Amino acid sequence: MSNLTPVPLEYGSGFPTLLRKEVKRFYKVGFQTVAAPVLTAILYLMIFGHVLEGKEVYGVLSYTSFLIPGLVMMSVLQNAFANTSSSLIQSKITGNLVFVLLAPLSHFEFYAAYVLAAVFRGVVVGLGVFAVTAWYAPPALVYPLWILIFAFLGAAILGSLGIIAGIWADKYDQLAAFQNFIIMPATMLSGVFYSIHSLPATWQVVSHFNPFFYMIDGFRYGFFGVSDISPWDSLAIVACFFVVVSAIALRLLQKGYKLRSHQEAILLHYAF
Amino acid sequence: MSAAILIKNISKHYGALQALDDVSLKIEQGEFFGLLGPNGAGKTTLISILAGLATASKGHASILGADVQSNFRQARRQLGVVPQELVFDPFFTVRETLRFQSGYFGIRNNDAWIDEIMANLDLTGKADSNMRSLSGGMKRRVLVAQALVHRPPVIILDEPTAGVDVELRQSLWQFISRLNQDGHTIVLTTHYLEEAEVLCQRIAMLKQGKIVALDTTANLLNLYGSVKKDGEGKTDLEDVFVNIMSGNAL
Repeated sequence: MSNLTPVPLEYGSGFPTLLRKEVKRFYKVGFQTVAAPVLTAILYLMIFGHVLEGKEVYGVLSYTSFLIPGLVMMSVLQNAFANTSSSLIQSKITGNLVFVLLAPLSHFEFYAAYVLAAVFRGVVVGLGVFAVTAWYAPPALVYPLWILIFAFLGAAILGSLGIIAGIWADKYDQLAAFQNFIIMPATMLSGVFYSIHSLPATWQVVSHFNPFFYMIDGFRYGFFGVSDISPWDSLAIVACFFVVVSAIALRLLQKGYKLRSHQEAILLHYAF
Repeated sequence: MSAAILIKNISKHYGALQALDDVSLKIEQGEFFGLLGPNGAGKTTLISILAGLATASKGHASILGADVQSNFRQARRQLGVVPQELVFDPFFTVRETLRFQSGYFGIRNNDAWIDEIMANLDLTGKADSNMRSLSGGMKRRVLVAQALVHRPPVIILDEPTAGVDVELRQSLWQFISRLNQDGHTIVLTTHYLEEAEVLCQRIAMLKQGKIVALDTTANLLNLYGSVKKDGEGKTDLEDVFVNIMSGNAL
């Protein structure tokens, strides 16, 4: 064996490796993380597209065409959330998060790696849903840049929310509650399946308090050039929401809330 | 020359529980140092603070001159920690695990070193096996390999032989002793006191968050070993430990 005396090593950032690990983690279970959500989106399209066949939205769009961007964005958002939240809680519960915490990674590198991996998974699933559902009603791509901006910001927001949920939850049950009682209703009631103009006035007002509505509406504007509200207004609100959830996630990571203290709790459990 | 580990007036409390109480300790480079104490004495809390997994309520700690909080990158690059629990990532193989661990420290193209560590720990044959498929002993070896992958000059082993068979214990100690001879500083916590007696040049004993004994192993045996034996029979570290912890020490 060679001498193990420390030799000068070239140290870079650990961020690219953590990003690669997070991407490889979901890639290794691609049936569960990519294929399954694509199938779910197809089922939504087949059922709702069939039931609401002949209905028009904005007076010019078939319901199926209207639905496709919503399903794509819903898949992007839900899978971005699932990536960060499931990775964190699994690592916390099995204890292997300690390997990342022992490394010289800053809280910002940690955040960026997890969120970018979440964006990547969200976009991969979104592209899968789009590729399959577009056969039913090829949608226009009027403003592709808006599509990219809202897809990125939406996935980054949900990735950040996944970090917050993964940090907060101590067990899978709590994470499932976060997902089923907050993320799922907010997504489903955001205008994926309908234009909010079809709602009663009260529910239209309520919808404006749901930040997911602006993500879906801005994303859909990129496809058709038509939306419930101005894409600039949506962008401003989504950007503000992104800043807020990112700041919360970064603060929790910086403090090591339920992460470093969680590892400590595990160690102390063994110690006592 | 900076101390390998310097701990100055560290205190740590969890609510009303005082886990560490004004602990100061200096471990020189190249030492094989034992940190002993009963469960709950504060050993793991002290290791957590050195590794950046916990923050001290008071005091400072540094690894080779790098403060573990204000200069955490440098401190962590110079420290390898083998955790007590058999934790692993079930998604990856042994080689992937070690490559990722190397990458977390920002070290690329480290395959030659990874191969060498695996060869020394008899892991080469399991390089492409998923971590889930390994026995407990093999997982323990991977934990040691993960701690060494960034070539840290200071290595902390927290109960590395807990639940490990005799063969692995012996091969592990041979390997760790070789690392120490090559200049690495080793800090060991263990409940196997015969191991500590053979391996450690100096020992600190913690009790209820305080250091109650700190000396060379030989001096501890001379000073405290005879209390129970009354000069008869061979004194060992277990006698010393029992005497000190029970307050019978001179």
